[in-house]
Amino acid sequence: MLLHRRQMLAAGTAALFAPRIAFAKAATERRLVFVIQRGAADGLATLAPTGDPAYAALRGDLIPELLQQPRLGGLFALHPALKQVAGLYGAKQALFAHAIASPYRDRSHFDGQNVLETGGLLPYDRKDGWLNRLLALLPRETRGLAISATIPTALRGAVQVSSYASSNLPDASQDLLQRVTGMYAQDQQLHALWQEALQTRAMAGDLASGGARGAAAAGQLIASLMKGADGARVVMVETTGWDTHAGQKARLNNQLEGLDGLLAALRSNLGESWADTLVVVATEFGRTAAANGTGGTDHGTGSLAMLLGGTVAGRRILTDWPGLGQNQLYEGRDLRPTADLDALIGGAVAAHFGLDPLRVAPGLFPGSKGKPIEGLIRT
Amino acid sequence: MDKIATALNRFGLGGKLGESPPADPRGWLEAQFARFDPRPAAIAAQTGTPQLVTMLREARDDRRERKDEAKQDGTDPKAKVDGEPGPFRDLRDAYTSAVGARTDAALASDTPFVERLVHFWSNHFAVSVDKVAVIGLAGAFEFEAIRPHVLGRFSDMLNAVERHPAMLLYLDQAESVGPESPLAQRASRRGRERGLNENLAREILELHTLGVRTGYSQADVTEFARALTGWTVGGLAKQPLLRGPGPGFWFAAPIHQPGSRSIIGKRYGQAGEAQAQAVLDDLARHPATARHVATKLARHFAADDPPPALVARLEADFLRNGGDLKSLYRVLLASPECWQGAPKFRTPWDWTLAALRATGIKALPGRNAAGGFQQLGQAIWKPGSPAGYDDVAPSWAGPDALYRRVEVAQRIADRAAPAIDARTLAEALFPQSLSQSTREAITRAESGPQALALLLASPEMMRR
Repeated sequence: MLLHRRQMLAAGTAALFAPRIAFAKAATERRLVFVIQRGAADGLATLAPTGDPAYAALRGDLIPELLQQPRLGGLFALHPALKQVAGLYGAKQALFAHAIASPYRDRSHFDGQNVLETGGLLPYDRKDGWLNRLLALLPRETRGLAISATIPTALRGAVQVSSYASSNLPDASQDLLQRVTGMYAQDQQLHALWQEALQTRAMAGDLASGGARGAAAAGQLIASLMKGADGARVVMVETTGWDTHAGQKARLNNQLEGLDGLLAALRSNLGESWADTLVVVATEFGRTAAANGTGGTDHGTGSLAMLLGGTVAGRRILTDWPGLGQNQLYEGRDLRPTADLDALIGGAVAAHFGLDPLRVAPGLFPGSKGKPIEGLIRT
Repeated sequence: MDKIATALNRFGLGGKLGESPPADPRGWLEAQFARFDPRPAAIAAQTGTPQLVTMLREARDDRRERKDEAKQDGTDPKAKVDGEPGPFRDLRDAYTSAVGARTDAALASDTPFVERLVHFWSNHFAVSVDKVAVIGLAGAFEFEAIRPHVLGRFSDMLNAVERHPAMLLYLDQAESVGPESPLAQRASRRGRERGLNENLAREILELHTLGVRTGYSQADVTEFARALTGWTVGGLAKQPLLRGPGPGFWFAAPIHQPGSRSIIGKRYGQAGEAQAQAVLDDLARHPATARHVATKLARHFAADDPPPALVARLEADFLRNGGDLKSLYRVLLASPECWQGAPKFRTPWDWTLAALRATGIKALPGRNAAGGFQQLGQAIWKPGSPAGYDDVAPSWAGPDALYRRVEVAQRIADRAAPAIDARTLAEALFPQSLSQSTREAITRAESGPQALALLLASPEMMRR
């Protein structure tokens, strides 16, 4: 079901939502996983608006098979790599919000990620992150955990959190190697050495990466860290490799297979706890509407966010679709953002933990101008 | 390269995270002479030479006892000696700890130019833990024989180096016995031959002072080896006669070859320890030594092919000022050759230090440091020969070596503080000299850690 934001808000969601102001004494059973897609994931390929009359001309050559995919709600086709996500959608456990963006309007990864993670209006506005401020509102026993060697910005702040680095996480080393190749292109000595090294490695088969299997292992690990009474309840997972400037078709397919495998493993390994789980998947900004000259896309603006899990009021696509016509694009090149990512996340996580979104969201996202979106969570 | 970038990278060990760039690059380097600490806390905390020599004796005793036991049991002596914990375990631990102390001193140093010179001289007077007797002592060698003299005179460093147990054991001097010495004579009467070992004498001439093919002959080597007999390590030998007064350098008169020596056209009539000392004194002020040292310094600070004019300037200064090292360093600082021209390819040691300093890492567990440098191809105090590690690009710029650096760059970046902004850091480390392609790669990176990894793997970082 395609649900336009304005329609949904007009439908009067207050009845769906009963705020619970008092905090529970015991640690909550509710679980939140924030999956950040670092590198600007391409929402226009993940949930492709194949029903938009301009889409085929902009993207047809890049991912032709998307055009053959069945449409959800008449306008959108889900990328075929997202098989498990499609299943969740069918089971009313997935909600997509399209043409959405944080308050950030430039195109630097670092600055964009900083705004997404701090919840501020401008990059480096704030030092602490919204996940940490959320933890401060939850019962004191609620454990926060980063699945990485260091604590990412979103989880940093006054509340003590822990981190756990897994070597099984789908890593970006392939992507780094490609970028090193580009960086060395002008340097005669290093270029020659590097080409030699890559050839040798390729022959030795060292470059074979974990791929989908690695993602599944990571999902299993994360689930195990969230189980039981003393398991983590607020977890941040960093995924990288989304910056698909070239060779997007194969790379994005791998990326989405990895994400799909991660989510599937989370779901199956969390078992009954999946019913109490909300997964938020978001990226710092989107990618250009049109394909570029190297089989990829460049940094854009509006993108896609996903809510998945047992508490999600799913099987919905939330969007005020701006259209992909030349005059409809943001700055003539990007998907125009018509929804506020902060409002989506603020509304979802507050309701998920039984907090009053109107009171909580402004503290989590001081940069947000919009009201938190209600009715995202099943109650 | 910009002057600040040159000061930080070529003369120093790479900029430290959060360090403000020196306003006066040359003045900043020169001021380090006054501030250098030869014994920072991490190094002062290491086990000293006398105790390490005692540990070496105990390890050797242990090894011998194990062999004897094996003989009695009729078991395999090798299995017995190799059984864990091995006899040399404590000395291996001392090595690991010293590697950590050396690394930490370099990471934290506010006098990186002088610290670099310590590494330079330690490599010039190389010992190698390839030899098991050196394992425990290699760190103490650098800390006690090199560091205190890095701003002194070449001759003082030379004297400290050639007397240190690590060098005496590494180049077999401790075993060398004058064929006509009292001890050799007694042994001969009992049918046992004890004799000369030329190893240290040769390497002093070839590597430490004059340089290879500078006119000395085999006869000079042998005569010098005879003069050096008696220079040995006390506290090691089983025989009470050769035990000496305690663990450490000891001149053992009973093994010294009596008589006067003739070396490179000069007669040395001194008795005892003073004889080889007089030879060392002459070698330390020899024009060939001046040229040799000048060439190596110029290679290290200017180019793989040392500019002849710079070598000549350094050589003249060495001879004029009696091998005053600070004076030589001032010549380097005043020479345009060191501030211009193509940068040098960083050794694994150099690159790792620069990467860690850039990311604000101030200490590394010794075990990690020792393993890390080994993996990158430059195990600390473990060159393959007494010539030390090479100081030219072809020895280090290899495909696999480069690949490993990129892997390590990613590992360092993934563990670095997330607040590091690679964009501003890059400009601070390479002011006015960051290439457009590096800047673009960093700016376009998809995440902070990836940007940092690219900076650490950048062409700028690979060179100094």
